[in-house]
Amino acid sequence: MKQLKIFISLVKDGVSAATIGNRTYHIWMAVLTFFMLLGAYCFNIQLDEGLSATGMNDRVSWGLYISNFTFLVGVAAAAVMLVLPTYVLKDVDFSKAVLIGEGLAVSALIMCLAFVTVDLGGPARAWHLIPGIGRFNWPDSMLAWDVIVLNGYLFINLTIPLYILMSKYQGKIPNKNIYLPGVMLSVFWAVGIHMVTAFLYAGLPARPFWNSSLLGPRFLASAFAAGPALIILALQVINKYSSYDIKDTTLRKISLVVTVAAQINLIMLASELFKELYAPTHHSISAMYLFFGLEGKNALVPWIYSSIAMNVVATVILTMHTLRKNMKWLNVACVLLFLAIWIEKGMGLIIPGFIPGPWGAIVEYAPTWVEIGVTVGVWAMGFFIFTILVKSAIPIETGRLKYQRG
Amino acid sequence: MKEKKENNKAMQNTSGSCQNGNCSCGDGYQQTLNKKSDRRGMLKKLTMGLLTGAGMVNSACSITASDEDKEKSQLDWESFFQGNYQLMTEDEKKKTVERLERSYELNHGRHPDISAKGPEKDVLYGYAFNISKCRGYMDCVNACVQENNQDRDTQMQYIRIHEHKNGQINFELAEDNYFHEVPAEGHFYMGTQCFHCENPPCVKVCPVEATWKEKDGIVVVDYDWCIGCRYCMAACPYDGRRFNWQTPEVPEEEVNLNQHYLGNRLRKKGVMEKCTFCIQRSREGKNPACVEACPTGARIFGNLLDPNSEIRWVLANKKVFRLKEDLGTEPKFWYFMD
Repeated sequence: MKQLKIFISLVKDGVSAATIGNRTYHIWMAVLTFFMLLGAYCFNIQLDEGLSATGMNDRVSWGLYISNFTFLVGVAAAAVMLVLPTYVLKDVDFSKAVLIGEGLAVSALIMCLAFVTVDLGGPARAWHLIPGIGRFNWPDSMLAWDVIVLNGYLFINLTIPLYILMSKYQGKIPNKNIYLPGVMLSVFWAVGIHMVTAFLYAGLPARPFWNSSLLGPRFLASAFAAGPALIILALQVINKYSSYDIKDTTLRKISLVVTVAAQINLIMLASELFKELYAPTHHSISAMYLFFGLEGKNALVPWIYSSIAMNVVATVILTMHTLRKNMKWLNVACVLLFLAIWIEKGMGLIIPGFIPGPWGAIVEYAPTWVEIGVTVGVWAMGFFIFTILVKSAIPIETGRLKYQRG
Repeated sequence: MKEKKENNKAMQNTSGSCQNGNCSCGDGYQQTLNKKSDRRGMLKKLTMGLLTGAGMVNSACSITASDEDKEKSQLDWESFFQGNYQLMTEDEKKKTVERLERSYELNHGRHPDISAKGPEKDVLYGYAFNISKCRGYMDCVNACVQENNQDRDTQMQYIRIHEHKNGQINFELAEDNYFHEVPAEGHFYMGTQCFHCENPPCVKVCPVEATWKEKDGIVVVDYDWCIGCRYCMAACPYDGRRFNWQTPEVPEEEVNLNQHYLGNRLRKKGVMEKCTFCIQRSREGKNPACVEACPTGARIFGNLLDPNSEIRWVLANKKVFRLKEDLGTEPKFWYFMD
């Protein structure tokens, strides 16, 4: 009962901390709100007309939504790269970044769930997925697994920071014996969510482009590049606009994680390219379409080459010590990497998996404005949640906001 | 061995095998349901409470609404809580079907005849396609659309006829969208549709068990349970599934009123559908519409467990093959040539 009272007070204080800010902050939140409303409007159109309001069809039956979902699972999983050194290896440098990382994981997960929901033909029947009152095809369906691991990861990433914040809020030191087991679990769980999401696609022999044992490891490598890259950028923004002081050494350490992950990702890309292109079989046809186009249809070609170019440039920048240690270059590399991997997961993976269709029909996909509107709306919601989480957590973490008895 | 296990599972899943209502076959929710537990009673009471409550709110709020309108929205409201078809008792199935019939009658003024007939014993359906006889007329496609109430607006079709050039069976080079006189010189034709695999990848991936293989081998969809995630569509190597991207439209005078719950009853937007070997016909002992419509006799349908059936004769006497056999899906759809 007392804990509940403290929790309510924490939420109250957190909300008031999140609603106070300077002009820039309010403009930022207003812009996000605008895009969220726009997304809601577009989603309303989609609910009304059905998924025919999107660019998807019987040939390319997953599009922008599932692409973003796949990418964001990676971003969520990447929080572990900060959690691990801080709590397990006791690297103090990262401790300040961890809370941000976990906030990022929570926001990314909520976005994931939102993207899956907007992709459903009958979102009103989504309750069929709830174990107990619905009917759950577990362990057969990888999608059922994904529902479990994503919600479990969300739960872990909500409870650990909550416990730590609750302790700090009361001026206590968090008890390691309580949160460390949770942290250890989250480390394995993070790998799990991205592997399960990869298995979702890799488990389909009907789509040879996805049916590859490298898909899971490649998902991990690209996630551990794109996720921390986003964290590096976010930390600098937070450093600039808040009292939360993040040292350059923290950013440097994270940039090492990004570098290694980006390098491994490139090696895996080369390995995949070799397999598909050296001795192309019937199963390489989607890769052929992706890289060269088929029958004069080549909508994805510019996407994949720009993605690879950005990937290579970013990895080169990161690999050269002098460039990586220069903040400006590091930021360029992070932005490039983030975009490259976003394209790689969508236009470079989900869409070409459907082209050509099972009988060879080549139907190209382009998202409609409604679809783009909903996507932008979900991203805005993610940023909105992330901002609120960070804005309310920082004063508690730094000890400025404490529980007032009575 | 695996097949046996699957069969067992399928048997357990059919609610008919749990007559005493207090067994623990099946798993998860099913177990809870089959046991006459307090929880089930509670859920039921809760649902009933919601239903009555909603009904009251509805009649209280809409003084001007006619009785018919009230009944309509009451039926719509009830349909939201409808459970998975596989888990329904015979009585619940009957009530659900009655509600669907009444709902259609209120909305369209005509009374459909929706069957919930289950599979017959010792029946396993199979299909054979004679490549030598097919001439690409596409009468099967049209008959299928008429029979199964498919969306006319997007011209949804379960069957695709592929026009191959003589000398190769390569679907990538074939044309399934031709507009010229058939049969074209130097070409031959092959039809594809749902192959009702014995090991269906689409069923395995469905997260909510909205699609399953019936005991007579027909792969069906519960249109009211499907959440529209389209994972089955991605998993099917044969392009056998179709999605309702919008509300399907069938002109009232063209609606086939002879329907089956798992077959050609009218669908809504956002759910999957597919060929069911015309379950509303085949379970009554008739041939599917495509078989009946084919003017050349290229299509053969029958019971694989009946040694005297035509399909068994074809399998025994013709050199048959199936498509993409390397995927291990075991289609129950064979091709052969004379």
